[in-house]
Amino acid sequence: MTDLTRKTAAELSELLSSGEVSSREITQASLDRIAAVDGEIHAFLHVSQEAALEAADRVDAARAAGENLGTLAGIPIAVKDALTTRGIPTTSGSRILEGWIPPYDATVVERLKSAHMPIIGKTNMDEFAMGSSTEHSAFGPSRNPWNTGVIPGGSGGGSAAAVAAFEAPLAIGSDTGGSIRQPAAVTGTVGVKPTYGAVSRYGLIALASSLDQIGPVSRTVLDAALLHNVIAGHDPRDSTSLDAPVPDIVAAAKRADLSGVKIGIVKEFIGEGFDPGVRARFEESVALVTAAGADVVEVSCPSFEHALAAYYLVLPSEASSNLAKFDAMRFGLRVAPDGVSEPSAEQVMATTRDVGFGDEVKRRLILGTYALSSGYYDAYYGSAQKVRSLIAQDLERVFVDVDVLMSPTSPTTAWEFGAKIDDPMSMYLQDIATTPANLAGIGGISVPAGLSDGLPVGVQFLAPAMADDRLYNAGAALEKLLAEKWGGYLIDQAPELEVAP
Amino acid sequence: MTESSPITREEVAHVANLARIQLTDAELDHLRDDLAAILDHVKVVQSVVDENTPAMSHPIPVTNVFREDVNVPGLSAAEALAGAPESEEQRFVVPRILGED
Repeated sequence: MTDLTRKTAAELSELLSSGEVSSREITQASLDRIAAVDGEIHAFLHVSQEAALEAADRVDAARAAGENLGTLAGIPIAVKDALTTRGIPTTSGSRILEGWIPPYDATVVERLKSAHMPIIGKTNMDEFAMGSSTEHSAFGPSRNPWNTGVIPGGSGGGSAAAVAAFEAPLAIGSDTGGSIRQPAAVTGTVGVKPTYGAVSRYGLIALASSLDQIGPVSRTVLDAALLHNVIAGHDPRDSTSLDAPVPDIVAAAKRADLSGVKIGIVKEFIGEGFDPGVRARFEESVALVTAAGADVVEVSCPSFEHALAAYYLVLPSEASSNLAKFDAMRFGLRVAPDGVSEPSAEQVMATTRDVGFGDEVKRRLILGTYALSSGYYDAYYGSAQKVRSLIAQDLERVFVDVDVLMSPTSPTTAWEFGAKIDDPMSMYLQDIATTPANLAGIGGISVPAGLSDGLPVGVQFLAPAMADDRLYNAGAALEKLLAEKWGGYLIDQAPELEVAP
Repeated sequence: MTESSPITREEVAHVANLARIQLTDAELDHLRDDLAAILDHVKVVQSVVDENTPAMSHPIPVTNVFREDVNVPGLSAAEALAGAPESEEQRFVVPRILGED
C-alpha cells in the first residue's frame, strides 16, 4: 500500500476518480498521520475526526452514485483557526475565544464543504494572526518539520507545518503581511496570497480589513491553483469581494512556461538584510529562469523601503478597531475584576481584555489606538496611508515594463524558538519583502527554492492585481526547473519525523 | 504635535484606557519601551510624504456595493446567544452600564 499522505492533491484526485482509493482511506491516512506526528509538530488546535470521516463517507457515496464531482472532492483539508467553522471550535489562537463554537461558516469554509472536501481540523497560529513564528499562539507554538527546534513561520505556521509534515495535502491560510507566504518559505511549501478581494473574507476573524486575504497552502503550485479555484470568486456577503472573473489559474499552473515572460528583480530586496544563504538560493533561481527564456531585468521600487513602517501603522490601527468586538458581552471570555462589587461593563471589558489577550496583541492594540488617537492621527495613520499610495504608484510604474516581480520571500530561514520574542522590531523586519503586496492589494506566491544550512528558502513572485494567473505560471515554472535539478520536490528532502507509537 | 518625542508612561496609560485594556504597572513600563522603539522606526512615514500625496485607505476601490433587498435567513436567537457569557429570556445579560449614582 502506497503512503497516501505523501501524494499531492492532484495525484489523489486521479486516484479518487479512477476508484483506486476512497476519500475515507485518504482522510483516515491524514488522521493517522496527525495522531503519529502532531504531538511533536503541534500544527493543529483541534482535530475534527468524526466530522471529517462523515464528510468522506458522503463524498464516497456520491461518487459511487455517479454524481459529477469537482477535482478536489474527497481530499481532506486543514483550515487556519482564523476562519469560523460552524460547530467546530474557533479561537484565532487566543484565550479570549477559548471554547467558542461559531454558529456559522466562513464563506471559504462553505465553499470547501460544497466542493466535498473533508475538513480535518483547525490549525495553530499566532494570536489573531499577529506574529511571524506561532510563538504568540495562546496555545503554544507549532514546530518546523525540517527541524523541530526552529519556528515554522507565522502567523499561519500551523497550516504550513501541517502540509510540510504530510498531515494534510492542503490547507487554508490568511495573509495580512506575509502570514501565508513566509511560513511557506521557511517550511519548504507553497503559499499564495491572492489579489485583495479575490477570495471572500466573510467569516475570517479580521486582523486588518484592508490587508487581509485568504489563500491556499500546499506542497505544489498546481495543488495551490486547484484549491485557489475552489475558494475564489465573488461573495455578496463581503462588500470588498471583487465582482470579476477568476483568471484561469489552473491552466497557468499547468502551462509553467517562462519563455518571453518579463521578470523584474526588485533591487531593494537583494542586498543588505538578506542572509547570504537566502541570496545564494535566490540567485540560483534567477539563473534558472533566465536560462528558461525569461527576460530578467532589475527594477527599483524606492518606496518599498518604507513599506514596513506604513504596514506597522496601518495594521495596528485597523486591528485596534476590529478587536474592539472582543468586549466580554456577547461571546467569548468574561472576567470580572477582583475585589470590585458590582463592576461596570467597562471594568469587566478592560479586565477581560487584559486576561484574554497576549502580550503581542496588547502591544499592537495600544500602538494602533495611539496612532489613531487625537493629535497623532494625521502624523501616523494619515501618513501611513499616503505611503501606501507611493507603493501602489511604484508597482504601477514597474508593471508597465515587467509581467511579474521576483524576490526572496523572507530575509532569513527559520530561527530558533525564543530568538526574536523579546525584540518586536526584529520580528517585524521579517515581513520586509511580503508587506508591499498587502499594502497595494496585489497577489504573491512563495515557492521553495532550496536549502540554506538545512533549512528551506522561498522565492516570491508578485503580479498585478487581478493577474493571479501570472503567479501560478511563474511559480510552477520555477518549481519545474528546480524539480528537474533535484529529481523531485524540495519537500521530499525533509527529514523523517519521529512517529509516536 | 510631537515629531519624535518618545511616548510617556502616562500616554501609554491613557491609550490603554481608550483601548479598554487594564494593564499592570509592569506592563505599562514594558509597553512604553516597546512602543518607543517601534515608533522610532515607523515615524519615517511622516518625512516621505507631503500634503500632495494622496491617501490610500483601500487597495482596490469599490463603490456603492449593495445587494438585492430580499430576506435571507439569519441566526436564531438561540444560536446568537449560544456563545454568550450570560443570557436570559432571549437577551444578553451584561454588567451594569450606568454609573454608581
